[in-house]
Amino acid sequence: MNIERWTPTSRAAVGVAAAVLLALAAGPSFMDANAVDKLTTLFIYVILGVTWNALAGYSGLISIGQQAFFGLGGYFAVRLVDAGMSVYPALLLAAAIVGLIALPVSVFMLRLRAGEFAIGMWVVAELAHLLVNLDGLVQGETGTSLIALDAYAAETRHAVTYWSALAAMSALLVALFALLRSRTGIAIQSIRDDEEAAGSLGVRVLATKRVIFVLAAFGAAMAGALWLATAITFQPKTYFSVQWTAYSIFMVLVGGLGTFEGPILGAVVFFAIEAWFGDAGVWYLVGLGATALLFSLYLPRGLWGWLQDRTGLRVLFVGYRVKPGIPAPPVVTPVTI
Amino acid sequence: MIWVDQVIQGVLLGGYYALIACGLSFMYGVMRIINLAHGSLAILAAFMLFVLADRYDISPFLGLLIVLPAMAAIGWGLHRAILRRSQAGGFLLPILSTFGLSIVIDNLLFQGFGADTRSLAPYIGSLSYDSWTITDEISVGQLAAGTFGVAVLLLGGLQLFLSRTPLGRAIRAVAEDPDTVGLVGIDARRVSAIASAIALVAVGIAGAALAMRATFDPYAGAPQLIFAFEATVIGGAGSLWGTLLGGVVLGVAQSLGAQVIPQGFLIGGHAVFLAILLARLYRGGFRLPRWRAA
Repeated sequence: MNIERWTPTSRAAVGVAAAVLLALAAGPSFMDANAVDKLTTLFIYVILGVTWNALAGYSGLISIGQQAFFGLGGYFAVRLVDAGMSVYPALLLAAAIVGLIALPVSVFMLRLRAGEFAIGMWVVAELAHLLVNLDGLVQGETGTSLIALDAYAAETRHAVTYWSALAAMSALLVALFALLRSRTGIAIQSIRDDEEAAGSLGVRVLATKRVIFVLAAFGAAMAGALWLATAITFQPKTYFSVQWTAYSIFMVLVGGLGTFEGPILGAVVFFAIEAWFGDAGVWYLVGLGATALLFSLYLPRGLWGWLQDRTGLRVLFVGYRVKPGIPAPPVVTPVTI
Repeated sequence: MIWVDQVIQGVLLGGYYALIACGLSFMYGVMRIINLAHGSLAILAAFMLFVLADRYDISPFLGLLIVLPAMAAIGWGLHRAILRRSQAGGFLLPILSTFGLSIVIDNLLFQGFGADTRSLAPYIGSLSYDSWTITDEISVGQLAAGTFGVAVLLLGGLQLFLSRTPLGRAIRAVAEDPDTVGLVGIDARRVSAIASAIALVAVGIAGAALAMRATFDPYAGAPQLIFAFEATVIGGAGSLWGTLLGGVVLGVAQSLGAQVIPQGFLIGGHAVFLAILLARLYRGGFRLPRWRAA
């Protein structure tokens, strides 16, 4: 039996993805400020969707509290800049600090399962929000602004934020792709499929989950810090809103839970829906909730999963598959006595 | 003396938390589903009572005669339309589908009622502020005491129902092994739908208690879900008294937290929740309680 990890399609897809990212890198030289801003938002959504999917789709951990890390990412960026650090390095360092904070959090949250983990994370987010409000710099719910961004000309600022978001998104996608194809990746997916069986086969369940948990926290924090660079103001209520997790869930459910490409597709769909219906206000939110509900009931593997199931198409694929065209080994029929 | 008062008020507040936790822990106990729309459904019940009182002059207590059957029907429908289907798809999907449902409910309520905060307090006469004076500095609100009493009755009633009646026995059997109960002639789907209806009646009662003692708005569901979850986890013992104790510990923690610093109300509750969770994890594993026969 021949097992393959690359197909001609997936090789071509990686090539196309690289070309698209390179083309996007040249974006600010030919796009107007509005388009640059919009795409920056899209990159942030992709980061949110992909890292939430890593947690839910690949490790079976549904968190309703990723806004904890999103908000803390913004908060630490504000803090670091206030301490005199230059803005853009501060965004990266803020995300790294949040990744470190996620380590001790993971020690007890990862012992929880399913719904317990989901709401437990929500409690963590609420607590993080309340604690950040205690910091005088933030001025409670009034919030504060990243005035240091004034040092840059508007055009430079938009372009640098855009490149930062693009670089963060690309790095996270590549890291996740490599991680999921590594030994750890196999362990992660085996835990999702059956935690007890994986453990009994010698998979280090907690340590493996921790890798993904910290990566997802880092991603959410990076998204929060980048959001701060685009929005300039930091209001705790906005950053620690459960809305961010709701958006992530929408992107992942519509795109495809547990597929690598799904959340990227989901982010694009969400981005488009927001552009068209975002003005519809409350009905827009009702629609998002209803769509997530319907997908979870009728198309739980999302658009991409549905496409994969129907066509066998694998584009950026992280698994293994038996090479087609080579006869399968003979099936051993059990002898009946 | 102020501290004694804070503890007493915290205990009484805990009665409300036990009440809101009741429906959540019941549904988890018998169906293994944490219903993320729990808080939103409580707020839905509160708005139904508000509409009855505001537009049709129906006292909230009489209104419960309409709203609780409606909640039971919603619970039945919830199981038929959402829970049954999503539960078949594994343990992740019920979390996602009930979360989607909560977004729909919250925003539909917002669409219908706007951002104004409401309360049922104006519709229940002097009960909203009547109190018994114990000493000069300590008085006990009648509504808070009543809520505590209702929580004890509801939790006790559910526990008795589960341990003593045929239907309660069937519900426990389905909780234990939904596939096998079919062999002894129990329709697992029907029993689960009934359990879901019962859970939502409890949610309706909690929604009424919230609306009478405090204000609410369309987005007030999320904190209620979190309080209910915290009380259930803190309680942990898997019976009526566990949930009640969990509610009381949460209430006292918040009440004392507020006494320490102004923002300490919520911080106190969350911190005690996490501390107890941590302590329990290191005493070897943690699982939310199943409801057992007393």
